[in-house]
Amino acid sequence: MLNISGLTEGYVLDHIKAGECMDIYTYLGLDKLETEVALIKNVKSRKMGIKDIIKIDGAYDLNFNMLGCLDPNITIDVIRDGKIVEKKKPDLPEYVEGIIKCKNPRCITTIEQELVHRFKLTNKEKGTYRCVYCEQSFKKH
Amino acid sequence: MRHLISPQDLSVKELEDLIVLAKDIIANPENYSEKCKGKKLATLFYEPSTRTRLSFEAAMLNLGGSVLGFSSADSSSAAKGESVADTIRVISAYADICAMRHPKEGAPLVASMHSSIPVINAGDGGHNHPTQTLTDLLTISQLKGRLDHLTIGCCGDLKFGRTVHSLINAMSRYEGVKFVLISPEELKIPTYLRTETLDENGIEYKEVRNLEEVMPELDVLYMTRVQRERFFNEEDYIRLKDSFILDNSKMKLGKPDMLVMHPLPRVNEISTEVDNDPRAVYFKQAEYGVYIRMALILTLLEDAKKSKEA
Repeated sequence: MLNISGLTEGYVLDHIKAGECMDIYTYLGLDKLETEVALIKNVKSRKMGIKDIIKIDGAYDLNFNMLGCLDPNITIDVIRDGKIVEKKKPDLPEYVEGIIKCKNPRCITTIEQELVHRFKLTNKEKGTYRCVYCEQSFKKH
Repeated sequence: MRHLISPQDLSVKELEDLIVLAKDIIANPENYSEKCKGKKLATLFYEPSTRTRLSFEAAMLNLGGSVLGFSSADSSSAAKGESVADTIRVISAYADICAMRHPKEGAPLVASMHSSIPVINAGDGGHNHPTQTLTDLLTISQLKGRLDHLTIGCCGDLKFGRTVHSLINAMSRYEGVKFVLISPEELKIPTYLRTETLDENGIEYKEVRNLEEVMPELDVLYMTRVQRERFFNEEDYIRLKDSFILDNSKMKLGKPDMLVMHPLPRVNEISTEVDNDPRAVYFKQAEYGVYIRMALILTLLEDAKKSKEA
């Protein structure tokens, strides 16, 4: 089995839908970090069958709101002194601004570059976010 | 300050107030002929739409106001790359109210966020066209005497037809309204409309593939065009297109007081022989479009005046 060393300070993003850790990596801007980041794909999971995990070394200030709109099933383990001190589930914020982008080619955001992409939560159970301008639902792919 | 961007911006009460005002304008047009004297409507049309633009202009002229504007993006500063936000800031200094049509969805909303005058969405791409919905509601209310307890048939392209989507959303708010959705399989209403509007609100509806079989049930038949380019192959188009063309033989199956409506322009989905049937009200509908726009302009200007005084 692949061995990834434990963290002393940082975050473990667990229960990421299999195959989507790269998307989360990109949306969170983890590529800009200078600390160690491990992306682990297709980990066996009793609950999910297989899942992805991301381990982030260092006390990086994660934007949990962003995670909620990307994948509400993710668990965030906060690691301090080598121990999990907190397990968090991301909330579904009512609005998400400047993080995810509208992919509707007919949306005004495609021609007005300075417009902040803004999404509204329209269905809490399904975690559906719609662009406030064109009302297209957000899809990661 | 109030704007009208989506048909859902208006509550049932506000819709009712607009319809009551429009009906009073129809009955007493002379009382309104100078209501907007000295006021200016800017028509900002980034794509051509003669019918909607002229309807807005006629509405403002009927109220004694004046109009200015442009009718294509080429003749506006958008051609030089000006943003919608900057354009509306400038137009706010020239006019008292504006109607905007834009090919990009959400553009009128962006304008309203930066405007110091009321913005009316006159159509943004395939997204919203609230004044068409208001026109449809006034037509039904004026000619049927009510907006509740009606069976509304929507026929044709229900997948891409935004007027139908808006009508379903608007009419779903009235008690006892049922929908009969008549379209080819390929052009059924989108899933989100079925689940988020009809199913979620427990609205009675059925989806059928044949117009003739449901004609006797309908109080209103709202026709839209089945476009050739929406089909994957010519064979399917030829096979299906006649099922969705309204002619006198199909009209014979309808109730004597049924209304036939159409957002226009009509191509061939309603045979011209139907035009003389008293139940064909699509040209009357275009006329009501002017009255409801007059009511809307008056209401939004009044609201803007109150906002400035406050």
